[in-house]
Amino acid sequence: MYNCHRSDRSIDFSHQLLLPASYPHSVFAIIVNHNSFFFLFYPVFQGEKMWGILSQKLGAARGLSSQVVGNYVLRLRLAPSAMPMRHYSSATKEMTVRDALNSALDEEMAADPNVFVMGEEVGEYQGAYKITKGLLDKYGPERVVDTPITEAGFAGIGVGSAYHGLRPVIEFMTFNFSMQAIDHIINSAAKSNYMSAGQINVPIVFRGPNGPAAGVGAQHSQCYGAWYGSVPGLKVLVPYSSEDARGLLKAAIRDPDPVVFLENELLYGETFPISAEALDSSFCLPIGKAKIEREGKDITITAFSKMVGYALKAAEILEKEGINAEVINLRSIRPLDRATINASVRKTNRLVTVEEGFPQHGVGAEICATVVEDSFGYLDAPVERIAGADVPTPYAANLERMAFPQIEDIVRAAKRACYRSVPMAASA
Amino acid sequence: TLLSFVLSAALLQHPPLHQTYRFDLSIGHKTADDMALARRSSNLLKPLSTASSSSFLNRRPFSTDDSTTITVETSVPFTGHNCEPPSRSIDTTPKELMTFFTDMALMRRMEIAADSLYKSKLIRGFCHLYDGQEAVSIGMEAAITKKDCIITAYRDHCIFLGRGGTLLESFSELMGRQAGCSRGKGGSMHFYKKDACFFGGHGIVGAQVPLGCGLAFAQKYRKEDHVTFTMYGDGAANQGQLFEALNMAALWDLPAILVCENNHYGMGTAEWRAAKSPAYYKRGDYVPGLKVDGMDAFAVKQACKFAKEHALKNGPIILEMDTYRYHGHSMSDPGSTYRTRDEISGVRQERDPIERIRKLILAHDIATEKELKDIEKLARKEVDEAIAKAKESPMPDDPELFTNVYRKGFGVESFGTDRKEVRATLP
Repeated sequence: MYNCHRSDRSIDFSHQLLLPASYPHSVFAIIVNHNSFFFLFYPVFQGEKMWGILSQKLGAARGLSSQVVGNYVLRLRLAPSAMPMRHYSSATKEMTVRDALNSALDEEMAADPNVFVMGEEVGEYQGAYKITKGLLDKYGPERVVDTPITEAGFAGIGVGSAYHGLRPVIEFMTFNFSMQAIDHIINSAAKSNYMSAGQINVPIVFRGPNGPAAGVGAQHSQCYGAWYGSVPGLKVLVPYSSEDARGLLKAAIRDPDPVVFLENELLYGETFPISAEALDSSFCLPIGKAKIEREGKDITITAFSKMVGYALKAAEILEKEGINAEVINLRSIRPLDRATINASVRKTNRLVTVEEGFPQHGVGAEICATVVEDSFGYLDAPVERIAGADVPTPYAANLERMAFPQIEDIVRAAKRACYRSVPMAASA
Repeated sequence: TLLSFVLSAALLQHPPLHQTYRFDLSIGHKTADDMALARRSSNLLKPLSTASSSSFLNRRPFSTDDSTTITVETSVPFTGHNCEPPSRSIDTTPKELMTFFTDMALMRRMEIAADSLYKSKLIRGFCHLYDGQEAVSIGMEAAITKKDCIITAYRDHCIFLGRGGTLLESFSELMGRQAGCSRGKGGSMHFYKKDACFFGGHGIVGAQVPLGCGLAFAQKYRKEDHVTFTMYGDGAANQGQLFEALNMAALWDLPAILVCENNHYGMGTAEWRAAKSPAYYKRGDYVPGLKVDGMDAFAVKQACKFAKEHALKNGPIILEMDTYRYHGHSMSDPGSTYRTRDEISGVRQERDPIERIRKLILAHDIATEKELKDIEKLARKEVDEAIAKAKESPMPDDPELFTNVYRKGFGVESFGTDRKEVRATLP
């Protein structure tokens, strides 16, 4: 059903099932045999939040649909509070996003000899952010290619090699530099399948860190989600957790179309729990499907990449104030999972969109438009957008903090949408 | 007479003619992937034989001899940069001479016909014509195989023909019809023929050069014994990305041959106004180069043969083809505001590629004047028939607006201008 053609186990990873996503939650599962019963151990300890992986077969075995079983387990959840991450270490695995990306690249290169990596410092330097660490030793310089600092040149060479059937993974040291190669991404890669009426497809992945880091200044801090997300012919993916990183990168590499894979530098070092499923080399996530990270009923918060973490923290704060927020991790900017977003808004009737990019013509603008078009009658409040400030990114720490969304911004917007905020003073 | 010509051909020992005789204007399956297309416009498609020779008109039964060797000399010797130029003596056969003549006559005719189609508004948008430059395509094809890749910019109609494309596919694409090589969705600048390793057809000046080096990268990666000819003009020769790609091609010894079709005008700007150094074959610096008379098909053939051997052993090489276009840059350019009509007619008289071959054929007594004229008439007839057939081809159906956005669409939704009115699910 998805493009996981190498998987012989079909496991439904739709958002209705539970997957451990953000790191405060832990997983405990015992696999009896691969034919599956996953036992959930409800904790004796109060306040411990439990997640489990449900197999469709579990539900089927008990005569329940996976949806019902999923909902059942959801209700077992207790409210989160500050608590230790892991009590059960035996089956819980954790992985940094960096390792997740590295392992995904490694496995895909091992599985398909046409996959190769190209970019600045990907080889001998082990990767500017160490994402490609170890790959040169394992696969050699023909498959892990260090380039000169010539983005237009090597992006074009990558696209040309994809025309001829190779599967390049082109790394931009940051997506700010992709602007030097953007003609190749859009005119040479995205449009080729259409212009050639299907003769020339371009199975290329452009990946690298996107958006702000910390104090890197205006030319190194832009988020390109909205720009690439507007181009038909491209697929634009935005992982958050390690599982996202692994699943989406594998899906991107296997995809026959050009994929822009927007990572985040500050997430590389973050650790997330990761399921056994996700560690399997045939694992991949569907492209174009968002994930409901946290279910709620009062307000929907959409976010992608690092902002998912912020949105989840904001949700915890809102919970204390009696607002039960649903957090959607977009995972895919193009195709945008309009169905999930609309279904959520129809449930909660309020929406806050969160992104780090510039506000005008941003991802939030598209989400707002889509909700207004498809679910207007369900909205009880105007859609709120939280985005980066409408300025080039400043360097000074206090100004930079003002330039990008903070947790309190998300909380404030959510309260506004719930009509719980103090009205703004009239401007003088 | 033409009839006796044809009959005598049939009597000679020739490879058996394919069922698609020379009057057959059908198009072939583009790629295995395009079976759906075949079903869609089945009455226009018939399978094409696998072309074994480099001429797309190999099914022509001309009474030419494949075994007699004729030695011709190129018009001028080659000039080398960082390399020993090849000899200017080239061996050829009567058959090759006739093939060159026929193929170039067809290309010339096609471009002239495209001119009138554009003026009668059947071709829209851009139309960049190649007449005058035919020798580059023909000479190149004679030196290489269909597994060697070619990529070019927007002046691609004749390159497409040289790679095995048909007149019907060309004219249909120019007029935006279903029988076109890109099903009418590409247009003049976006002809492709993947099964013959022709990768387009690119509208952004200079972008095709890194793409071509990428094709060469793939050929080297796969350890193929093939090369890529990446073609660009004197206008594109100043593009930065060309030098970026050339640097990497040289660094990694890619089998890339950069072919500068120097027709001396980048749109309306003469080369001396655009380039500090218009010696484009020297612009590669450490990369060897060869200056070639691009109006002499044999010089082109020799140069391409030389370049292919070089690239397979030593990495990239630049070929500068000194050529000329009779038309302006495109159909919206009269071509006479930045150059004199005397210059154009002078080149036509002195250096026309077809005339050169005609003289050689006559000099070596391979065919008579009349026979050559008949071939040109036949070319005209073929072109007219192809145009007539192309005009019958319908425009793409409305749902085609949404096809081929992705190779794999996952059932994603796409929208028309009014999304409440028109939506589509991408397969």
